[in-house]
Amino acid sequence: MQRIGVFVCHCGTNIAATVDVKTVAETLGHEPGVVISQDYQYMCSESGQNLVKNAIKEHNLTGVVICSCSPRMHENTFRKAAAAAGLNPYLVEIANIREQCSWIHKDIATATEKAIILGRAAVAKVHLNAPLTAGESPVVKRALVIGGGIAGIQTALDIAEAGFDVDIVEKNPTIGGKMAQIDKTFPTLDCAACILTPKMVEASQNEHITIHSFSEVAEVKGFVGNFQVKIKKKARFVDETKCTGCGLCTEKCPMKKVPNEFNMGLDNRTAIYIPFAQAVPKVATIDPNYCMMLKNGKCGVCSKVCSVGAIDYKQQDRFIEEKYGAIVVATGFNPIKLDKYDEFAYNQCPDVVTSLELERLMNAAGPNGGTLLRPSDKTHPHTIVFVQCVGSRCDDSKGKPYCSKICCMYTAKHAMLIREKYPDTEVYVFYIDVRTPGKNFDEFYRRAVEQYNVHYIKGMVGKVTPKSDGKIDVQASDLLANEQLHINADMVVLAAAIEPDKTARPLATMLTTQMDTNDFFTEAHPKLRPVESATAGIFLSGACQGPKDIPETVAQASAAAAKAIGLLCKNSITCNPCVAHSDELMCNGCSSCEKVCPYGAITYIDKEFRMPDRTTKVRRVASVNPAVCQGCGACTVACPSGAMDLNGFSNSQIMAEVDAICK
Amino acid sequence: METFTYYPGCTLRTKAKDLDTYARISAEALGIVLAEPDDWQCCGGAYTTAKDEIATKLSAVRALNAAKELGRPLITVCSACHNVIKQTNYDISHDENMAAKVNNYLQLPEAYTGETTVYHYLEMLRDVVGFDNLKEKVTNPLTGRKIAAYYGCLLLRPAKALAMDDPENPAIMEDFIKAIGATPVIYAQRNECCGGYITLEDKAQAQKRSAAVMNSAADMGAEMIVTACPLCLYNLRKNSGSELPVYYFTELLAEALGLKEASNE
Repeated sequence: MQRIGVFVCHCGTNIAATVDVKTVAETLGHEPGVVISQDYQYMCSESGQNLVKNAIKEHNLTGVVICSCSPRMHENTFRKAAAAAGLNPYLVEIANIREQCSWIHKDIATATEKAIILGRAAVAKVHLNAPLTAGESPVVKRALVIGGGIAGIQTALDIAEAGFDVDIVEKNPTIGGKMAQIDKTFPTLDCAACILTPKMVEASQNEHITIHSFSEVAEVKGFVGNFQVKIKKKARFVDETKCTGCGLCTEKCPMKKVPNEFNMGLDNRTAIYIPFAQAVPKVATIDPNYCMMLKNGKCGVCSKVCSVGAIDYKQQDRFIEEKYGAIVVATGFNPIKLDKYDEFAYNQCPDVVTSLELERLMNAAGPNGGTLLRPSDKTHPHTIVFVQCVGSRCDDSKGKPYCSKICCMYTAKHAMLIREKYPDTEVYVFYIDVRTPGKNFDEFYRRAVEQYNVHYIKGMVGKVTPKSDGKIDVQASDLLANEQLHINADMVVLAAAIEPDKTARPLATMLTTQMDTNDFFTEAHPKLRPVESATAGIFLSGACQGPKDIPETVAQASAAAAKAIGLLCKNSITCNPCVAHSDELMCNGCSSCEKVCPYGAITYIDKEFRMPDRTTKVRRVASVNPAVCQGCGACTVACPSGAMDLNGFSNSQIMAEVDAICK
Repeated sequence: METFTYYPGCTLRTKAKDLDTYARISAEALGIVLAEPDDWQCCGGAYTTAKDEIATKLSAVRALNAAKELGRPLITVCSACHNVIKQTNYDISHDENMAAKVNNYLQLPEAYTGETTVYHYLEMLRDVVGFDNLKEKVTNPLTGRKIAAYYGCLLLRPAKALAMDDPENPAIMEDFIKAIGATPVIYAQRNECCGGYITLEDKAQAQKRSAAVMNSAADMGAEMIVTACPLCLYNLRKNSGSELPVYYFTELLAEALGLKEASNE
């Protein structure tokens, strides 16, 4: 016979003002199996918890129902209290009479009736609760960071600092990411390279960090604490262990007309190349799309000039496999392509550039050695128009609905730097709003307006018309003056929206993590768990989770590292026992559950069964990995034969609740 | 020989005969039969954006339904007709409420719910004939001529309904110009409005708009402009103050196919 205790919380007046808690306690006291039913002002307080603990001991309770707030709030509190009193914590049920009752109702009679029904359902469920024991799973003490931009580098450095091994997988030949392309950083205007490259070197020299550059994650198996990852090391046709980065091959390579992606295609590189002088690892890579030796077997110059014999034209992609306890995603962002925004004439005129292209045009290591010249005729521009929100905050299908967040600040930075260096240049900025929240951010923008006399005009550019004399007619509206403007400009700079890297979506599928409709990774909780994904052991760092500037990215990178370290510190992790399990005798091997499982927790195994006629038969049945299962219950609904069930939320328990509510 | 239902529209019977004549003889040479239904009506001239304005869209539905009954796609050539008919078709297939109202008015033997495929003549050249095939059939390539395509505002917008090309960075007319052997001239104003009907109300505004188009094309080195729209042709010729010649694209097509001289004889 069950001996159930019911405890009704007033939550101050949160519940008691709308629900007659005395009546609830008294009514539920008459439910079958209930031996004690009490109410108390704050059940979660220490004395409230003691009330529960004492009742468990005194009445030798076999089940507890707490009528209080959402289980998300205090389920754990009461489970711990029960465990302290010697009751299995999974014999505690919460009836949510606050969020789902008192807060949403006004009428006391109705709310009281509903609270009784919710309590009754919980009592019906707890009758069927079974004691559950959480299992344990070992943790591999090594982390994987996917993406080697500033986010990935910072995360890796912090994890290494705590003494754990960490691998960075970077798809490009060098780590550094977007920050390596940036000239100055806001709001302090310090040089990006000066603060980034020491970190890149630190990462490469740290004994705990291994950098797999020019590599991609090909396959992810396993679960929190024990991921098995296959990494594709793409053929760079240069032996990384031999190449000294002397750069002689890049000087002698005869194929010199390859668009240089590091300089946003504004100049050319050779077919064998080192992306930039401070690249890490400083190793050459051959671009097979342009290398004449690889394309038609005629050349071989780099091989001849290489004094250490590092060139290997026969190199193939190879795969390595590693085990990791934690994975941090830091895949970053890209500016969107502007093909669909030709009202700004980006495809028609070389002097209409994106902001990232302007970064390179102004960078000392860029195509013009830091002198701002027009790409078309290499003359100094005297009138420059900046257009904000190109593709951001767009309600049509071609743009992004969100604010890209960084553009207002970098545009103010560009405008200021240009006015500082070339005071004879007029700078116009067209904006919808100027958004500069952040430490010292608005002051920075005010400085551009007040001190540097940048012309900020509220309104959008409607049409950019390049002319044969090299000038660019910019037609725009000034919303404050209610005027149509025509500006005869020399250059137009477009603040293109940023979007997650294209590799993010296939990666999310491999990791079984969630993304939003814009392909940004979704955090486990938007406020309280911002650097964890909903999948255990997968953490998020930087702009892959949403648009971010450098300070925010670094903060999040360190937070993700802290979370990963917290996991790696443990020898084993406690698993949630409320996981799915399959009744193998009922399972017909249809794979429905495997298809709906968002976490990859279900596999199929061939198992031998003894049949009633004493023969044996091998059948294909579902097998749930309890360490991976998150207990979402999707499989239990999908299972056509009713073989799948969820511990703590079994089909019979749910039905008992429904019956109690409908009684 | 592939047969299509052909909707010329009323302007092509009066002011824009060239657009129609050259479209027909060129199609014939390309192995396309353009079959005109017996009783088509004016498309209504401009698409009414009011959701509850049904009556003005009915003639477009009649044309669409005629094509449906004949079991063939519908071909249009005038930008305005195309815009009205294609948008009406889009709305009927995406808005149940509108489809219900239209069918309540028309009481057709079988309800029309957007079954007909609508092609603009240019789309027919691109998607049915193919620009590569067209290139092969050109007997009189317009080599060396620098031609600016003028899309205007109606031909491509709204992009979702018209689904012909990217309205801000289109290529279809430039590809057509390349196919007939000439050199396309890209200029920024190619997809801006010519002033349209405002010429009746505020001539100065139409003059300003069409001058901006013509000057932008001339500035980028164009020797002539081609368009698919009778109203654009009118504004560019009469209101722009520019001497740059303006033709219908079908006239150049006929010329490239060696049909223009023959038709003038």
